Amino acid sequence: MKNSLRSFILLVLGLLLPVWHAVAQSAANAPEMADTLRQDGKIYVVVAVIAVVLAGLLVYLISLDRKLTRLEKEVHNR
Amino acid sequence: MKNNWWKVLTVVLLLYTAVAGLLLPVPRLAILNETIRNLYFHVPMWFGMTIILTASVVYSIRYLRNPSERLDTLSHGFAQTGILMGIVGLATGSLWARYTWGTWWTNDPKLNGAAIAMLIYGAYLVLRSSFADEQQRARVSAIYNIFAFAAAMPLFFILPRLTDSLHPGAGGNPAFAKYDLDSNMRLVFYPAVLGWTLLGVWITQLSVRLTLLKQYIHEKQLA
Repeated sequence: MKNSLRSFILLVLGLLLPVWHAVAQSAANAPEMADTLRQDGKIYVVVAVIAVVLAGLLVYLISLDRKLTRLEKEVHNR
Repeated sequence: MKNNWWKVLTVVLLLYTAVAGLLLPVPRLAILNETIRNLYFHVPMWFGMTIILTASVVYSIRYLRNPSERLDTLSHGFAQTGILMGIVGLATGSLWARYTWGTWWTNDPKLNGAAIAMLIYGAYLVLRSSFADEQQRARVSAIYNIFAFAAAMPLFFILPRLTDSLHPGAGGNPAFAKYDLDSNMRLVFYPAVLGWTLLGVWITQLSVRLTLLKQYIHEKQLA
């Protein structure tokens, strides 16, 4: 369990680090403000919306998976 | 958890695809513009469909060698998911064509080949639903599945390359792979293919488990 958590974190880092420079470059020389979501024609808002939609669908898929697992156990143990 | 690591991988890869796919720099090309990012969503549907339909035909062959209800259910489940991904692939491709080629559909060998292949697979579902006897249904649809696969794959991947085509990857057109798919796009494209394919496998697994559970309960009630 501990091992799988560590490999999960490593995987996330491995996928995100190559991308990070693109995000990091957006820091301007003006005083720091929470600009990120308003830049580049507000594309980040769209990205956030898509991420939320995808996350919602995946959470639903996971919950269906768990329900089915529980039902399988219930049926096979009877 | 030990057997579900690939589901975690699916979630991570798909969220990565959505975020990095929209934000990472891509080549600036005329006509395509930002729609080049469709590569992370439209193309993986076809890659995933191919892999999933291959799994389906493997289970069909295994069924014919050694018949069991489980193998038939697996083959059917994978075929259903593969067909769904193919339909989504056609729909997204049509949408993409509207804003790059200027038309929803054109008589292109790649497009028509894919459409005919999807019809062949549609007939698989019709065929399956037309049997009352379960063993007969399983046997005949397994055989049809093999023929459908053998007919569909050349329609997707061989025939369009023999003639001229608008579509990348057909008509001697080397697709994105040769010069358009730069290393930044590879960084998203390959994880995207893996992520969408795994999502297809996941959905298939749920549908197969549900069907098997139904069959189990049904048998218990009869016994």
